[in-house]
Amino acid sequence: MAAARELALRMGDGAALHVQVGGGWQLRDGIPALDELSERFAAERPERLVLEASGLGEWDSSLVVWLAGAMALAGEAAVAVDVSALPEGVRRLLALAHAVPENKNARPGRATGPLLVRLGSAALVLAADCRRGLEFLGEATLSCGRLLRGQARFRRSDLTVLIEDCGARALPIVTLISFLVGLILAFVGAIQLQQFGAEIYVANLVGIAMLREMGAMMTAIIMAGRTGAAFAAQLGTMKVTQEIDALTTMGIPAMDFLVLPRMIALCLMMPLLALYADLVGIAGGAVVGATMLDLSPALYFRQTVGAVTMADFSVGVLKSGVFGVLIAVAGCLRGMECGNSSSAVGEAATSAVVTGIVLVIVSDALITVLFTFVGF
Amino acid sequence: MERAQDTTKVAAITVADLTMAYGDFVVMQGLDFTIRRGDIFIIMGGSGCGKSTLLRHLIGLVEPARGEVLYGAQSFTQADTEARAALLRRFGVLYQSGALWSSMTLAENIALPLGEFTDLSPREIREVAALKLALVGLAGFEDFYPAEISGGMQKRAGLARAIALDPDMLFFDEPSAGLDPLSSARLDELILELRDSLGATIVIVTHELASIFAIGDDSVFLDTETRTMGAVGNPKQLRDHADNHDVRNFLTRGVGNLGGGA
Repeated sequence: MAAARELALRMGDGAALHVQVGGGWQLRDGIPALDELSERFAAERPERLVLEASGLGEWDSSLVVWLAGAMALAGEAAVAVDVSALPEGVRRLLALAHAVPENKNARPGRATGPLLVRLGSAALVLAADCRRGLEFLGEATLSCGRLLRGQARFRRSDLTVLIEDCGARALPIVTLISFLVGLILAFVGAIQLQQFGAEIYVANLVGIAMLREMGAMMTAIIMAGRTGAAFAAQLGTMKVTQEIDALTTMGIPAMDFLVLPRMIALCLMMPLLALYADLVGIAGGAVVGATMLDLSPALYFRQTVGAVTMADFSVGVLKSGVFGVLIAVAGCLRGMECGNSSSAVGEAATSAVVTGIVLVIVSDALITVLFTFVGF
Repeated sequence: MERAQDTTKVAAITVADLTMAYGDFVVMQGLDFTIRRGDIFIIMGGSGCGKSTLLRHLIGLVEPARGEVLYGAQSFTQADTEARAALLRRFGVLYQSGALWSSMTLAENIALPLGEFTDLSPREIREVAALKLALVGLAGFEDFYPAEISGGMQKRAGLARAIALDPDMLFFDEPSAGLDPLSSARLDELILELRDSLGATIVIVTHELASIFAIGDDSVFLDTETRTMGAVGNPKQLRDHADNHDVRNFLTRGVGNLGGGA
């Protein structure tokens, strides 16, 4: 066990306040408060502060921190400090700590101030954000134009890898989620419809809901979390490691090379995934029909075919195409505007998912209202 | 290898009254210097003074707040998209971390610009890529991914990609950062070798004194305190004769002036 910490204050000759430190000074024992010292400064008004050590055992930063604090107090009270009686090592550390004066301007520039100021700067940030989003959209459109004229440059092998990733690899989770969604829809519908003896209409409910809404929407939410986030993280990391700069200075537009294949892949795969989700969801409904409602699969199938129309089908496919573009744009936009640190990549991925889901839901509402108006 | 300062050499890059800023924050202002064709030009200065930012301005990744960068007589800042693309094709850039495209093998990294900007057949492209890798001492590493090789090798592979299109201007951002002294010296030799064989103009951002004196023909010193350039000239002459105290201090590691810069 190390020796206990010792700290003694006494007034000496010539209005000198002697501070004697000794024993063991360890960080794990904490750092003593400076209250007593400042009280003595106030009460006895010394002209000099003499720091001394006697019987000092093992010491670490706790001693230096306390002594530096004492010296700062002395500085405020305009009291001269004498450190000559301290051990060499302590003196050198104190000198080192005071060698470069504190930089008063070295505060990170974050928005502080009254509520209105912060509100205003947040609004400016939001406006700049929207502006960047529009710019990105414009550039993406130009890039699509170059694609149509056959001038866009990207690697075909990149596109196939992306298509595989956005399509085939997403099948397991899309299967699971849409099967369960079909099941849940059928359950909820069955309980209500049983009251009227109209169990057979569960097939209509599930069929139309999956085709028009849930197939496209659930796939979009899955893909926003799965692929949108991946796009943002990939592009964000490429930004951090300067790979995007390297493309730009090679004269290869990052928009064509990185963003375009991602948009194409997602845009092509989303309608297919949504169709697949429709089928699996209907199968989920059929399982409920067969087990709970005594509807044979054949009857359920015939009822579904009779209920759904080409319009339901096209609305769902169209929506999923739109969702695909939105998710890809959100993911790529967040990735491309990512900052220069690993935490910025995480923020980009998070924000890609949030932006993607918000865009999907809002556009879904708009499309639904629009189609209701035109009676489609 | 002593090269007399040849004043008849043509200016390859002219920086005219350049101000660099992020929003309202001015990083450097009043930069005015020329980089002569065939020189190895060093951009030096303390950490965080804007060396890499200046490089990003030179290669057109950042627009200047004021002033312009001229290549020969052509302004990069005012050039249209096509002229810019043509200029970019004459650049080779080695980034601080190598910045190899991580989803491609080394050979594919070098093949990409070749495939984009030349009409070579895939077999020819592969041969050129193999040659460039051999030039930087990485023969046989064609099919490795960037993550599978060491940091020093990534730098050299980045160099191989930078020289893929035989550029006449090469830009290096801290080429020796994170390399041991021996690899760093070998990289310096390689840079000299490339300059002499390709006849390229080379701009290097660095604060490695050994490299600065070993390969620098000309240099600019960026001063953090005054936010402008402290001096322009041959590094050895600056070390011995510069009037600017900070420049001499930097080039002599502050020997004899310890603590003077604080």
